[in-house]
Amino acid sequence: MLAAPLAAILTYSFLTDGYLEIIRDFTLENYAEAVSDPLYRLVLFRSVMVAAVVTAATVLLAFPVAYFVSFHVAPERKSLWLFLITIPFWTSYLIRVFLWKVILGFNGVVNSTLMGLGIIDEPLTFILYNVNAVVITLAHAYAPFAILPIFVALEKIDRSLLEAGQDLGESKLMTFWRVTLPLAMPGVVAAVLIVFIPTIGDYVTPQLVGGPEGRMIANVIQLQYLRLDNYPLGSALAVLAMVTVTLISLVFLWLNRRFLKVKQ
Amino acid sequence: MKGSGLRIYTLVYLVFLYAPIVLLPLFAFDKGTIIAFPLDGFTLEWFRQLADIPALHGAVKTSLIIAVSTAILSTTLGIFAARASSRYDFPFKGGIMGLIMLPLVLPAIIVAVSLLVVLLGIGIELSSWTVILGHVLICTPFSIAILNSAFLALDRSLEEAAYDLGETRWSTFRLITLPLVMPGIISSLLISFTISLDEFIIAFFLSAAEPTLPVYIWGQLRFPTKIPAIMALGTILVALSILLLAIAEYFRRRGIARTGGKDTGGFL
Repeated sequence: MLAAPLAAILTYSFLTDGYLEIIRDFTLENYAEAVSDPLYRLVLFRSVMVAAVVTAATVLLAFPVAYFVSFHVAPERKSLWLFLITIPFWTSYLIRVFLWKVILGFNGVVNSTLMGLGIIDEPLTFILYNVNAVVITLAHAYAPFAILPIFVALEKIDRSLLEAGQDLGESKLMTFWRVTLPLAMPGVVAAVLIVFIPTIGDYVTPQLVGGPEGRMIANVIQLQYLRLDNYPLGSALAVLAMVTVTLISLVFLWLNRRFLKVKQ
Repeated sequence: MKGSGLRIYTLVYLVFLYAPIVLLPLFAFDKGTIIAFPLDGFTLEWFRQLADIPALHGAVKTSLIIAVSTAILSTTLGIFAARASSRYDFPFKGGIMGLIMLPLVLPAIIVAVSLLVVLLGIGIELSSWTVILGHVLICTPFSIAILNSAFLALDRSLEEAAYDLGETRWSTFRLITLPLVMPGIISSLLISFTISLDEFIIAFFLSAAEPTLPVYIWGQLRFPTKIPAIMALGTILVALSILLLAIAEYFRRRGIARTGGKDTGGFL
């Protein structure tokens, strides 16, 4: 059921776009256009960058939260904390993104608060309709997807290993660095992949808060399909995006494996 | 106190997480039509307006039909797949399971466009059914993941005991297996229902004349005058989903208490 659509999109990406229908000729032109056009290259590159920044920000911000819940919260209250963390994410994604627009906007919450307090005189404009806004919104939207895998990995760590580390004369910081972190790595890797892959193809957030310079690959694909009706080019772009995501994920996994091996 | 720095950090993080949700009711009850501070005063006008929009009611109905069908279909498929993968070995098992789980790691837009291409290619008209198809595709992996752990936790000797006591395969499944994996089935139903209800991009590509609720909201966000009503709608949705979650959590805890297990964290 899934293989057929993927095969079809692969085929389409090699076909030529006629005016009203698809001409069934094998061609590499779509790829040539997708790769050579600076616009598409820029958008794809931007998508990867935004997704990378979002992933880094989300995982780094989420790690202390997962650590706190796992190590400093009494066991019987852990599920309550997790419940608190996940509640905001059961609300409509669209409405959440829209509210970020309200928060970051020209007359938005951030600006009116800062102006009311006399910290700034003019509204900040660098926080809406650009890449920054996309990063903030996505970092918010994917927070639980980062917290939960890291939390699960931290929960699995045998606490006696930490005691052993300290008994053997390591400081708390070194124990964290040499025992806790490597053992939590599977969770961090899962978190990175779970955040990175969907963010690269996110459509709603760049469309609503990104503005013209925050547009990402999904917006261009949507444009090709639903507005310009250029299915082959859209497919070529989708395939390119897919390949990029897969390659980056594989490289990341490989680097991580090497890193862990060196540690051992 | 130990970890107090972390505690403060976590609380600040929670404020960040809750910021949009807290604002939602503020604007929903605000008299002003422009979504900005300062607030103008209290009103219930926007909630009253919601009652008079037939398009909205239609969208809610479509969404509910799609979400319920998706939940049932993907959970049913999930039961079969999880049962097969946790009990039996068959050729290409790894490859097939990998392919089924693939939508988990594909950006939704790719699933959406590839389905669109195929459906148009074989000449199927877009309708609620095509949306259900797309949603089942992305919900099934979640169902399988949840049900797989439920099936794996099941003690195989219980089934064998039932066979020995003269039950048939089907009656064993119905009397022994099914009740034991029931919590997994219920959470799979709830999760796929929620995913389908909130999913936008696939519905956006694959729906035709009958928009789902997110597609409807998306359309309304372009009109500034409609936004207060959408805020009111959002408030209702948030309240409902918190209620639903609380109920699910309550049942989960009761289930754990009944089987005498220890509470080890959320339903995920």
